[in-house]
Amino acid sequence: MANRGIVVVAMSGGVDSSVAATLLVEQGYTVIGVMLRLWAVCSSEGNRCCTPDSLAAARQVAAQLNIPFYVLDYREAFRHIVVDYFVSTYAAGRTPNPCIICNERVRFGLLLNEALVLGAQYLATGHYARIHRTETGEYRLMRGKDLTKDQSYVLHRLNQWQLQHVLFPLGDWLKSDVRRIALQRGLVVHNRAESQDLCFVGENGDYRAFIAQYAPQLVHPGPLLDTGGTLLGQHQGLAFYTVGQRKGLGVTRAQRTYVVRLDTVRNAVIVGNAEELGRDELFARAVHYISGQVPASPLRVTARIRYKSPDVPATLTCLEGNRAHIKFDRPLRDITPGQAVVFYQGDVVLGGGFIE
Amino acid sequence: MEMGAGASGISRGTSAGRVIYLDHSASTPVDVRVLEAMMPFFAEHYGNPSGIHCQARASALALDQARMEVAEVLGCKPKEIIFTSCGTESDNLAIRGAAFAAAQVGKGRHIITSACEHHAVSHTIAQMCEYFGFQQTTVPVDHWGMIDPADVKRAIRPDTVLISIIYASNEVGTIQPLAEVGEIAREYGILLHTDAVQAGGYLDLNVDRLQVDLLSLSGHKFYAPKGSGMLFVREGVALLPQQTGGGHEGGRRAGTENVPYIVGLAKALKLAQEMRATENERLAQLRDRLIQGVQTAIPNAQLTGHPDRRLPHHTSFVIPGVKANALLMHLDLAGICAASGSACNTGASEPSDILLAMGIPPQLALGALRLTLGRSTTAEDIDTVLAVLPAIVDRLGALRPA
Repeated sequence: MANRGIVVVAMSGGVDSSVAATLLVEQGYTVIGVMLRLWAVCSSEGNRCCTPDSLAAARQVAAQLNIPFYVLDYREAFRHIVVDYFVSTYAAGRTPNPCIICNERVRFGLLLNEALVLGAQYLATGHYARIHRTETGEYRLMRGKDLTKDQSYVLHRLNQWQLQHVLFPLGDWLKSDVRRIALQRGLVVHNRAESQDLCFVGENGDYRAFIAQYAPQLVHPGPLLDTGGTLLGQHQGLAFYTVGQRKGLGVTRAQRTYVVRLDTVRNAVIVGNAEELGRDELFARAVHYISGQVPASPLRVTARIRYKSPDVPATLTCLEGNRAHIKFDRPLRDITPGQAVVFYQGDVVLGGGFIE
Repeated sequence: MEMGAGASGISRGTSAGRVIYLDHSASTPVDVRVLEAMMPFFAEHYGNPSGIHCQARASALALDQARMEVAEVLGCKPKEIIFTSCGTESDNLAIRGAAFAAAQVGKGRHIITSACEHHAVSHTIAQMCEYFGFQQTTVPVDHWGMIDPADVKRAIRPDTVLISIIYASNEVGTIQPLAEVGEIAREYGILLHTDAVQAGGYLDLNVDRLQVDLLSLSGHKFYAPKGSGMLFVREGVALLPQQTGGGHEGGRRAGTENVPYIVGLAKALKLAQEMRATENERLAQLRDRLIQGVQTAIPNAQLTGHPDRRLPHHTSFVIPGVKANALLMHLDLAGICAASGSACNTGASEPSDILLAMGIPPQLALGALRLTLGRSTTAEDIDTVLAVLPAIVDRLGALRPA
């Protein structure tokens, strides 16, 4: 079997990264498995990642594949880079997406660097996304073949250098194929659940409890107002609310009530009706283009404003200072400051930024 | 030691396709002679030694034999030996058992220990202070990781009931002036315990020369299996059992005796002591070759622990600008099994308390490397390490923390 080079695979003990490692071994790569220890509380109750269970599962898969396997302690970096960002973004009245930051700076930042120093040519993960190298040598990030599992949204900040050194072995597979491969190869993890987003937040995914515990100083109660400025009640702290949220507001109004805005200056949660939520444009900051070049604009794209929301046709206008303006063809209800807006043309990811 | 890639499951080996095992302070392979001695006591002689039938007699006989063999090595009476499941259990039984028994009769609740103990000792004493009203005085170590017996003497109070000092450090290999501490303990009539887990295969274990009252050993550090340990308790020392039940081990450690492992431990200890003189000399030569080689090839690598008063198989360094875990991973990929310090702390990225106590700056202490030699280690192995290590250290210089 031809040796295609050395690749470090980030393993989580879940079925996806286990199959990713398996495919690479079968394709003739020399594979090194690593698991990142990201969060300090590593008990079965404390969080959902790097539990003793998932560690044991990853170790077993590595043994089945006869590859070296290491646990890397990234707790300090993860806390500084991801968790602090997560908490402070909420505290500033915006809704963070920690997976994006983790991918950009921890997985495809620190870990990629470490993999290359280890002598590997590539870092691989079990993400559902594809990388395509064009004839001119440009690397393109594309949606995974399984559109229901596509993770290109959380990978949109990768740059050309990173894409050159990254492999996504599952990009051309459907989730159902991945499960079948796991079963066929007798991987012990074939029936394990997939890794969770918000891996560091408790078992039930309750981020509010996490913030209350981890950063209680950021939880300041304040007024809950309607768009006319009428006081309707008290909120528990801006960090506990997200634009578009309907549940748990504790107000009684004739119409369905949504959070429409978080006012950090007045420490106020502003609520309103569904129609007050809809907007057909947004500005984005820290916009990154995968190609490394700012494209000529205005440009027709489809844009995605949340990980799991559908693409919407839109016009992208690139602005100075890494900003961009996006005008949607129809109003959207869930435009949430802090979340990423990601631009696509067909299956190709152009890039994206954070909603202002 | 030869290990096929398939059997080890997870190694690519050196370029010669061989795994070089340099982590003997963490654990050793079971000597085949030890394994042979143990084998009859699994399926052939399996009786519970407490019984009265022929099967029980066979086990009881082996148990007695093992106890006598161990006692001979330690220069003590067989009844002064308690078999346990590991070094940590021995340390716990010694410290808790002796300190609680002394406190019970109003002798006091003060314990003296050192800054270079294994966690099996330091965490045990810390818990007794936190939950059971004991107080501790921790004597410092110098930059070689060595205590000063005069500090122990100064720390003695009227309510001191126990002194616990490690015989030789697991992390830095320094051998403590234990007999001098024994002298002081004897003079003041205070019990002296030593964690001799690392010393077991290499140093004099005669309890009278050392003047110790309690001594812990762990079998898997000297080619017996994991899960075997023992504690010497001098006759007349009051010990409150920490595990109660049947009257095993003189009523001091309840639980059916693990006969095959006890047989293994005794056989291994006897072999280790027989081989000690010649093997120590061989190991010390290899050790010095490794230390000199590392210091030549990596000029800023710093030896930790005492240069001569150290275990014959033990080398340890700190290397500036290098993170231990990354270094160990690279060595593993090159087929070399190494450690950073205590195996019980692997995976953590905090600097070792012991290195800090020796005055090594925290940043430097993160780059700890421990290479501990054993019976299988050859001069060729050392040369392979010396050929591989400098390049890895060089390469890791490129890995800058974010």
